[in-house]
Amino acid sequence: MTDLSPRRRPRLPFSPWHLLLAPLALLFAVPLIWLGLSSVMSDAEINRFPPALWPSGIHLDGYRLVLGNAMFPRWFANSLIVSAVAVVSNLLLGTLGGYAFARMRFGGSRVLLVLMLATMAIPFQLTMIPTFLVMRKLGLVDTLGALIVPSLVTPFAVFLLRQFFLSLPRELEEAAWIDGCSRLRVLFQIVVPLSRPALSTVAVLTFLTTWNDLSWPLIALNHDANYTLQLGLTTFRGQHHTQWSAVMAGNVITVLPVLLAFLAAQKTFVRSITSTGLKG
Amino acid sequence: MSRLPTPITRPAPRTPARPARRRGRREAATAWAFVLPSVLVILGLSVIPVLWSLLLSFQYSDLLTPSVWVGWDNYRQLADDPQFAQAVRNTLEYTALYVPLSIGLGLVLALVLNRRIRFAGLYRTLLFVPFVVSAAAQGVLFSFILDPEFGAANSLLHRLGVSPQGFLSDPGQALLVLVGISLWSGTGFCVVIYLAALQDVPRELIEAATLDGAERRHVLRHVTLPTIAPVSVFLLLWQTISALQVFDLVYVTTKGGPLGSTTVIVYFVWEQAFRNFTAGYGAAAAYVLGVALLVAAAALRLVRRRGDRRIEGATS
Repeated sequence: MTDLSPRRRPRLPFSPWHLLLAPLALLFAVPLIWLGLSSVMSDAEINRFPPALWPSGIHLDGYRLVLGNAMFPRWFANSLIVSAVAVVSNLLLGTLGGYAFARMRFGGSRVLLVLMLATMAIPFQLTMIPTFLVMRKLGLVDTLGALIVPSLVTPFAVFLLRQFFLSLPRELEEAAWIDGCSRLRVLFQIVVPLSRPALSTVAVLTFLTTWNDLSWPLIALNHDANYTLQLGLTTFRGQHHTQWSAVMAGNVITVLPVLLAFLAAQKTFVRSITSTGLKG
Repeated sequence: MSRLPTPITRPAPRTPARPARRRGRREAATAWAFVLPSVLVILGLSVIPVLWSLLLSFQYSDLLTPSVWVGWDNYRQLADDPQFAQAVRNTLEYTALYVPLSIGLGLVLALVLNRRIRFAGLYRTLLFVPFVVSAAAQGVLFSFILDPEFGAANSLLHRLGVSPQGFLSDPGQALLVLVGISLWSGTGFCVVIYLAALQDVPRELIEAATLDGAERRHVLRHVTLPTIAPVSVFLLLWQTISALQVFDLVYVTTKGGPLGSTTVIVYFVWEQAFRNFTAGYGAAAAYVLGVALLVAAAALRLVRRRGDRRIEGATS
């Protein structure tokens, strides 16, 4: 908003709004700062009452304990596998599906598109029990497959990419198409390189949702060797109830990948949140 | 979405009719090959489960032995189940607190951050970062901070001379604490969405109103807020749907306790299906929630459409 009204009061050296914003922003930041600090405290410092507010030095006992745990590295690997497969496969299947819906003619395409869109409105808990039964029929319960199959492609990826492809100028593709390029070549040599923003949006959001998911792994997995990081973390507290530094170190390792992804791709991230049909 | 792909202009076929049709058929086959994997996964894992869930809700099923058809029994039992009633109450209370608070706070912060203010980018980042932290990590972190005996929160209160609080272990506080944690992680989302919407408010409109002598609050009331109304409706819908579906945070922190004070509907569904092995009963509860969500979404769509028309009338 532009400020055109004349100022009545003498100017503060800073905008008075900082008096509201700074404490609030600090309040939002403190829990995460405390997470980082407590993960490098010694157990004596953490278990003292009142607890130390600042670590006396950097103690890596928590990290050593977590990384030396029989399961933790495995959970990390499981999470990484599931998220990586989801990202790659959403990009690939979303591109293929989105392109067909945007540019190709086939019988029933409109009905199919509407049907796919409608599935976005179905709440997860309506499908969670039967999806578990479907996975059991497929013999996938308690394997990473049970996590991978439902996250292979989302209607969101297909729809977002379709919208983006529709916005690309048709002429570029037509030239190649007339020269006799196959659809697949047109798609991967012309359309995909032009679609970086949309593809990175799909990648970022897919990574965020699969990495952070808890409820579906909780239902689909039994044996702790198959756990993801999020699920492992929830059991971790019981195992190490006195070792808060280990729990916090594990928590840091769980949060760090999305945090780094967010900070590295902040622009894309915020744009993807605001522009992916979420707006108005 | 409303536009059908227009046919691509191609050179005139050398031999008309048949090759063209063959090409059309080949095109359709290619298109189907492109969409088939997505269709199988998306429709296979949504349409089938939705129908299956409906069937289940009319059955007695423990997920192991063959299920028995019981008609409306599950629904009738739900109507008399005090635990389900409490889950509904808790869910509504959580939603009624979280949705207006997150949207209101989000709007205020976005309006402030939209002014030319220093460090706006830093503030936005700090407010938004908790949004990317998973519910599991949030739950573990806040269980640690809010631990009644050893937690940093009580030690801080102790220093301020306030008696220690039970937080998540106090039946009177637990749900409010959960709302607080959700506000911590969810307000940044509203801020970011509102900030994007505020970019679209036409500057000329604000300047014209200001030149006409409108005060700042009048500009806000008559120009800014009506322009971003569709976004407010979107946020209302989005936040309501996510609040009605809250589960992860409850599972990690309180597991529905103490004394059922934080048992929300999804937690109830999960407990029935995967802890008590009464899957049919759980499915019925899920269907009650699903229908409620659908009604809420439909009602909001209706309001939104009417709102859109009003805004068009106001700005054109």
